[in-house]
Amino acid sequence: LLIPSRTMAVGSIDKIIIANRGEIACRVMDTCRKLGVKTVAVYSEADANSRHVQEADEAYCVGPAEAKDSYLRAEKVLEVANATGAKALHPGYGFLSENASFADACNSAGVTFMGPPSSAIEAMGSKSNSKEIMIAAGVPCTPGYHGDDQEPEKLKAHADDVGYPVLIKAVMGGGGKGMRLVHKPEDFLESLESCKRESINSFGDDKVLLERYLTAPRHVEVQIFGDTHGNAVHLHERDCSVQRRHQKVLEEAPAPGLDQTLRERMGEAAVKAAKAVNYVGAGTVEFLMEAGTDDFFFCEMNTRLQVEHPVTELVTGVDLVEWQLRIAAGEPLPILDQDQIKTKGHAIEARIYAENPARNFLPATGHLFHLSPPTGEGVRVDTGVRQGDDVSVFYDPMISKLICYDENREKAIDKLLASLKEYEVVGMPTNIPFVEKCAAHEAFRKGGVTTGFLEIYADDVQIPEGVEASDTAKGLAALALAIEGIKSTNGFVDNGFRLHGREQRILNFKSNDDTTSQINVWSNRDGSYDIEVSPDKVFTNVKGSYDVANRTITAVIDNKAFKASAVISNDGNDRVVSLWSQEAGKFFEDKEYYAAITVEGDIVGASVGSGAAGAVLSPMPGKIVSVNYAVGDVVKAGDVVMILEAMKMEHPLIAPGDGVIGSLGGGEGDLIQDGQQLFVVEAEEVAA
Amino acid sequence: HSLPSSLRPFSSLPAPAIGSPIKSSIASITDKSQFDESNAYTSDLLKELNSKLDSVRKGGGDAAVERLRGRGKFLPRERIDMLLDPGSAFLELSPLAGEDLYGSISVPSGGVVTGIGSINNTLCMIVANDPTVKGGTYFPITVKKHLRAQTIAAENKLPCIYLVDSGGAFLPMQSEVFPDVDHFGRIFYNQANMSAAGISQVAVVLGSCTAGGAYVPAMSDETVIVKGNGTIFLAGPPLVKAATGEVVTSEELGGGEVHSKISGVTDHLVENEKDALMVTRDIVGNLNVENGRLASHFTVQEKDAVKIDYEEPLYPPSELRGVIPVDPKKPFDVRKIIARVVDGSRFHEFKSEYGTTLVTGFASIKGQRVGIIANNGILFSEASLKGSHFVELCCQRKIPIVFLQNITGFMVGKRFEHEGIAKNGAKLVMAVATAKVPKITVIVGNSFGAGNYGMVGRAYSPRFLFQWPNAKTAVMGGEQAAGVLATVKRDAIERGGGEWSEEEEAAFKQPTIDKFEKESSAYFSTARIWDDGIIDPADTREVLSLSLTAAMQEVGDTRHGVFRM
Repeated sequence: LLIPSRTMAVGSIDKIIIANRGEIACRVMDTCRKLGVKTVAVYSEADANSRHVQEADEAYCVGPAEAKDSYLRAEKVLEVANATGAKALHPGYGFLSENASFADACNSAGVTFMGPPSSAIEAMGSKSNSKEIMIAAGVPCTPGYHGDDQEPEKLKAHADDVGYPVLIKAVMGGGGKGMRLVHKPEDFLESLESCKRESINSFGDDKVLLERYLTAPRHVEVQIFGDTHGNAVHLHERDCSVQRRHQKVLEEAPAPGLDQTLRERMGEAAVKAAKAVNYVGAGTVEFLMEAGTDDFFFCEMNTRLQVEHPVTELVTGVDLVEWQLRIAAGEPLPILDQDQIKTKGHAIEARIYAENPARNFLPATGHLFHLSPPTGEGVRVDTGVRQGDDVSVFYDPMISKLICYDENREKAIDKLLASLKEYEVVGMPTNIPFVEKCAAHEAFRKGGVTTGFLEIYADDVQIPEGVEASDTAKGLAALALAIEGIKSTNGFVDNGFRLHGREQRILNFKSNDDTTSQINVWSNRDGSYDIEVSPDKVFTNVKGSYDVANRTITAVIDNKAFKASAVISNDGNDRVVSLWSQEAGKFFEDKEYYAAITVEGDIVGASVGSGAAGAVLSPMPGKIVSVNYAVGDVVKAGDVVMILEAMKMEHPLIAPGDGVIGSLGGGEGDLIQDGQQLFVVEAEEVAA
Repeated sequence: HSLPSSLRPFSSLPAPAIGSPIKSSIASITDKSQFDESNAYTSDLLKELNSKLDSVRKGGGDAAVERLRGRGKFLPRERIDMLLDPGSAFLELSPLAGEDLYGSISVPSGGVVTGIGSINNTLCMIVANDPTVKGGTYFPITVKKHLRAQTIAAENKLPCIYLVDSGGAFLPMQSEVFPDVDHFGRIFYNQANMSAAGISQVAVVLGSCTAGGAYVPAMSDETVIVKGNGTIFLAGPPLVKAATGEVVTSEELGGGEVHSKISGVTDHLVENEKDALMVTRDIVGNLNVENGRLASHFTVQEKDAVKIDYEEPLYPPSELRGVIPVDPKKPFDVRKIIARVVDGSRFHEFKSEYGTTLVTGFASIKGQRVGIIANNGILFSEASLKGSHFVELCCQRKIPIVFLQNITGFMVGKRFEHEGIAKNGAKLVMAVATAKVPKITVIVGNSFGAGNYGMVGRAYSPRFLFQWPNAKTAVMGGEQAAGVLATVKRDAIERGGGEWSEEEEAAFKQPTIDKFEKESSAYFSTARIWDDGIIDPADTREVLSLSLTAAMQEVGDTRHGVFRM
C-alpha cells in the first residue's frame, strides 16, 4: 500500500496555504506535517489564538472577524500565498472552496488550486446544467418532464412515463405554492388542474414540470478522485441520511444494506460523472436512493473535500488529503486500479456542535471551560478548538467531528455511543445527547434509514429542556462543592470544626429542568458529610475526594462507591457543577449519564441595585436637549428618558423602574431649574 | 523567610521533628479502672454541657424563631455558617454567657454570638446579634461579651464583622448598660480606635439598628444593608412621633433605600440576607489582609516566588479605542472602561447607588488589587464625600488607587454653594492629597478646573500620570473662559454707555476659544511634561499594570489633615 514519503515535499510542492480555519485547517496540516510539506495559515482577528494558527508553520491575519472581511477575501488570501511562496492552496470546505473565479485566480497567480478546474466547478454549480451533463453521460437522474407540452393529456402521458408518485411543480413556483404530489395515475388530471389554477393566480403563469417523487429517499454519496492525467476512481460510498434541515448529523461508510452489485453500479456512475466534467481532485457525487429498491438518481456534485471524508478514510485506509496533494503536484492517482480500492470494517461520524437541541438547536456560543474528548483505539476526533477557546458567533459552531471505526457496523455504533458518553464539554450546550439518541435509535441500528428519519422519529430523539438530577447526582455535586471550597490554608479551614453542633451549608440547587431544591450539607468531624438532598433523603457519612486537577470525584454514598467527572464553573452569580458518570445509566436515574446542577447565588459579585417607580427631579439646572419618550410610553428601568445639558456635559436621566411615563415636566430646549420634576414613571397595573 | 500561606502550594511539608516523644512509661494509661471512672464522670459532665449548649442554640424560643423565619431571616449561627469559608472552623466564644443571670429573663448566649472564623481566607472576629433574644437588645452581659470579642480582635488584629440585628440597649437595665467605661459607648470607641489602627470594621445590617445600635453601622468602615429588613435610625417611628409629631414608616425613616441612596450611611444595598452575606465575603476579600498581615506587604521575593494567576478582562482592551464618544459632551458609562482594564472585568463597586457621578470600587489589574475612582459626570457633594470615604478605605488597607479622570468640574450654582460644595470638594482634595498609597492617574477625557485636583492631577503627585490622545486639560473649557471675559467686557462697555454687537462679541471671544483649544490639547500638556506620556487607550491595562508594579515598591502610611466638616 502507501509508503509515507520521506521527502520534504510532494513533487514540487514544499509549502501550501490553507484558506480555511477550524478543524479542516488542522486536518490538512496533519497530513502536511506527515509529508514534510510546510503550511501557511490565514486567520481573522477573532481567530488570532486559535488552534489552526498555532499549528501552522506560518500564519497571517487577513482581516476582521466577519468571514466576508477575512476568510472570503480572495485577493488578500492570494496576496499571502504569493508573499509566502506557497505552491498550492487548499480551500477546505465552505468559504472559497467552490468559487470558480477564485480557482482561476489561484491558478493564474501560480498557486495550484487544490480542487477541480473552474470549468468543473461551474458545470456542477448549476443544478439544471449539471443534470443535462449527467443525462448525456448516462448517469441516472431523477426522471421528470421539463418540456413545453402543457396539454393536460400529454402531461399525463409524460407522468405515466416518469412513474408515480409524481410531483407537479409550477415552473415559476416557490414558497411551497404551485406544487402537487400525485400518487395514482387516476388522480393526475384533477391535481394538475388545481395546480395550474393556483399557479396562474399566484405567479400569473401556469406552466408546470413533472418530477418523480421519492417516497423514502436515502442520501448516499460516492467519494471520487480524478487526476490531471485523465484518470478517475471512486473510494466507495457514504450514507448521510440522518439529516436535520439538510445539516448532516450522522455519516457512515459503507452505506448499510447495499448489495455489492449496487455499490459497484453507484461507484461506476460516480466515476462517469467525474469524467464527464474532466474532474481533478477530491469530489463527491450525491445520489438520492429510493429505499428498498435499487433505484438511485444523481442529485448534485460537491467539488471539494467533504466534512464527512474521515469515514471514507477509515474504511479505505486512504489519506484523502495526501491524494489531494499528490494530484495537485501533478502525480497520477496513487491507485489507478479500481479493484485495488476496497473497504474494510465500518466507520460512523457524528458532528458535535455547540447548539441547544432542547431549544430548537439554537446555536450556542461561549467559552470552552472544560473540554475532554473521548480517546481510544478506533476513536478519531477532528477538531479546531481546545479547552479554553471560545466558540464565537462568527463561524459555524462546530466543536469537532467524532469518528468511530470498528470491524462491523454494530460495533462501530457501540463505540460511538460509548465515546459520546465520555465526551465532556462545559461552557455551552451541545448536541451530544441528541446525537446519542439518534445513534442509539432502533431504526438507525437496523440501518438504511431515510432522510425523513428525524421527522418520523422526532418524538423519540427529542431532548427535554432538562431533567431533574437524581439524588445521587445532587449528593455528588454537594460533595464536590464542599471539598472544592476548602482552599484556604490559614489553619482555620478544614472540616468545619465547631465546639458544639456542626457546620451547615445550605445550597439552593437548580437542576437543568429548572426544578429547584434546597440541599443541606453538614460537616462531620471525620471529614465526611451528611447531605440532605430532599426532605426524606439524607445521605450520611458521605466520604470522598475531589481531584481538582483531573476533575474527578470519588465518593462513597449509601455504601456504594462512585467515580465521576465533576467540573465546577461559574455562571454569573451561580456556580454550575457538571457531572458525568463513567458507567452510563448506573449513577443517575432515568439512564442519564450527565447532570448539570446550578447552585444559585453562591457568588455575589456586586451589590444588588434596586429601582422603584417614581418622580425624577432635575439634579441640577440645565437645558433639556432631548426627550425620548412621550406620556403613556412603556419604559424599563435604566431607559434614558431625557437628556439634560449642563456643565459642558450631557446628563442622561433614566427611568428608575419599569412602568409608564405618567407626566413630562418639560420639552426639548426648555431651561430647567434644579430640583424641578422632569418626569414621573408610574408602575404599570399588573394584569391579574 | 517562609512564604505567606496563601502563596504556598497546597501540599504541605512534614512538620519538623523537634524534641523526643514523652516516654510511654509516663504517658500511657496504667490504671485502667481509674481511667474508666474518670471517663464515665466526664461523659456525665459532657451530657450536661451539651444539653446546655443544645438549649442556647435554639435562641429565644420557638415563637421568636418562627417570626424570624417569616421575615426571610436566619439564626445567628446559620448566618455565620453562610458567611464563613466552606470547611472553616468557627471558634465560638462564651456560648453559655448569660446563664441564670437575670432571674426569670433568659438570655441564651448573652443574646449575641461571637467567635473567630475564616472569610475569604481572612480570619475575622464575628459578632452576631440574636434578634430572637429580646429583639437583640443589649443586656449588661451582651455588652460585656461584645466588648470581649472586640478586645480579642484588637489584640490579634482581626477584622471585625458585625451582623447587626438589635433594638439597642435593654431599657429596663439602662443604668447598667449605658454610661460606664465598659458599657455600650465603649463598643463605638473600640470601633473607632480599631479603624484607626487599620483593623477593618464591617457592619451588615440584617434587621433593626436602633438608637445606640445605629452607631455600629455608622461607625463602621464599610456597611451592607438588606432591603426591607434592615433599618437604621437614632429613634424609631414611635419615638419620632412622640418627639416631633412626625408620622413616618420605619422604611421611609431609615430603610435600605434611604441609607444607600440618600443619606449614604450604608454602602451596599442588597435584596436578601444571603446576598448580604455574600457581599460581605467580597468586602472581606478586599480588606487586603492575609493572616493579620497586609497582603500588599509581601516582599518582592515572596511575590516573585509565585506567579499570580489572573483572569483577562471579559471585554477586550482593544475596544477601549471605541468607548469614548467623539463629542466630549456625550455621556458614556465609565464602567465600560473599567470592564476593559480589570481582571475578569470584575468590579466590586462601593456605594453604587450614592453620589452616582463618581464610580468607586475594588478590582484587580493583573493580580494587583486596586481601588478605582472614575468620573461618570460632574462632581456633586455626595460624589465628593463618597470619593473621600473610598480614598480612606484604600489608605487604611494599603491598596493603590487608579484614577480614571474625565471631569468637567464640581457642580456650580446657588443650592450647591449653600450646601457646601466647596468644603465637600475640599474633603476629596484633602483625601487624595494626603493619601500615601500609590496613586496612578489616567486622563481619559476632560480634566477641567478643580476636578483636575480632586481626581489627582499633576499637582497631587500621582506616581504616574498618563493621558489618552483625546484628553483635554485646562482651568475651564474655552467657551466658558471666553464667556466670562466677554461678560466682564460687556459690563464695562455698557456701564460707559457704549454698545457691543453680537458680532463684536463673537470676534472678541474667538481668540480666547482658539487659545484654550490649543493649550488644552494632550500634546500641549505632554510637551511640557505635565504628564508621563500619551498612551493608546488599548494599552491602558498594560501601562497601569507596569506602573502599579513599579509603584508598589513603596506603600506609605497615610495621615490625613483636618477635613473641613
